Amino acid sequence: MDGEPIVRWYWIGDHLGYLGDLLADHAVIALLPVLIGLMLAIPLGLACARHPRLYQPLAAVFNIVYALPSLAVFVVLIPYTGLATQATVMIPLTFYALAVLLPTTVDGLRAVPDPVRQAATAMGYGPWHRLAAVELPAAVPYLVAGLRVAAVSSISLASVGALVGRGGLGYLFVDGFQRTFPTPIVAGIVLITALALTVDLLLVGARRLLAPWAVREKGAGR
Amino acid sequence: MNWLTWLGDFFSDPDRRSGPNSIVNRIAEHLLFSAEALLFAALLAVPLGLLIGYTGRGVTAVTALAGAARALPTLGLVTLAVLLAGVGDTAVLVPLVALAAPPLLVAAVEGVRGTDPDVRDAARGVGLTHPQVLWQVCVPSALPTLLAGFRTATVQVIATATVAAYVGLGGLGRYVVDGLATRDYAMTVGGALLVVLLAVGAQLFFALLARYALPPGLRAQQLAAAGEPS
Repeated sequence: MDGEPIVRWYWIGDHLGYLGDLLADHAVIALLPVLIGLMLAIPLGLACARHPRLYQPLAAVFNIVYALPSLAVFVVLIPYTGLATQATVMIPLTFYALAVLLPTTVDGLRAVPDPVRQAATAMGYGPWHRLAAVELPAAVPYLVAGLRVAAVSSISLASVGALVGRGGLGYLFVDGFQRTFPTPIVAGIVLITALALTVDLLLVGARRLLAPWAVREKGAGR
Repeated sequence: MNWLTWLGDFFSDPDRRSGPNSIVNRIAEHLLFSAEALLFAALLAVPLGLLIGYTGRGVTAVTALAGAARALPTLGLVTLAVLLAGVGDTAVLVPLVALAAPPLLVAAVEGVRGTDPDVRDAARGVGLTHPQVLWQVCVPSALPTLLAGFRTATVQVIATATVAAYVGLGGLGRYVVDGLATRDYAMTVGGALLVVLLAVGAQLFFALLARYALPPGLRAQQLAAAGEPS
């Protein structure tokens, strides 16, 4: 690799469209599982917040899921989902997201003080109306905190999928390594980190819009 | 072909019993390399974290750093390190240490900051110097949090060391990567199973450590699952 600079700028200029395609593919592979994880975590979290007996075994299972190395899980799925398919990468990422989001959802739902819940009932809110108008909004700061961890790690993990043929921007790492050409690798690291930080900022922004009180509370000390 | 046939093929292969490709040798490589990375990361991150936690200076920077580190793609760091520094275990050690250090740093900072301020004041009041307060009061009460940080870092290192087989590192990842490259599915699946067992074993080891090795007064504290998938 002697004499090869870390970044050859012309390569990036020549491949802007290609990098854009990979970025879009990466965003889908990494973020769709987080969205699905969230949609599963809310009903599951509701059930767990009401029935602690259900929560304990589920929490134990997801604690183990959390620790499973991604490459091993991708590989184990290949006979069912095929090599180089989105499903091989997206199914494990969904479970990782759920493992992060379930505890934060349960914490968030439990954080609603009982008097608040009772006041809502006394004002004539039915269970669904109360859920939509009181409990879920109160859980937003917790949900966003969980989503930030889930989304950022999902974006970085998706690149490991390149080793099983489908990793969005992760393909740049395999490609650069095989050709002893560091430029694509650097481009991949920068784009993945930038995507993660952008999504993180968007989530912080969403929290400020949806739950402005959470920011004030934090500013008021603790 | 099904799972049992694959695993049967994998475990009955004589190559698995002796030589460089034996299971014992691959597990030993994996553990040794992971321990090495953790040791270096701990030497860097723990003293720094204790100091930052005690003085309270730079806590925001640590939080931001840990968040940014979570966004870094492991495969990218590992391939880049090998292209820049040449094939070899040392080249791979650098990104592994870089990925293991942030959770340890955060755990040390949070652990020290979690010490009851009244207890710290009392320790100062009975005449302990600052280093004594840090060492005799804050460090012991930070142990559960530190242990949780080590658990996160260990799981992360085991996973990253698997991925690093792609750039030539030994260990259990070899089975997975070589199996994928040669379409030897028995080898890939066998390797993946061993990696999963190793990661779950590490989890269990830390759970037991938290339960039995901590001073009795600290065992009651819940180990927060502060971490990230790997």
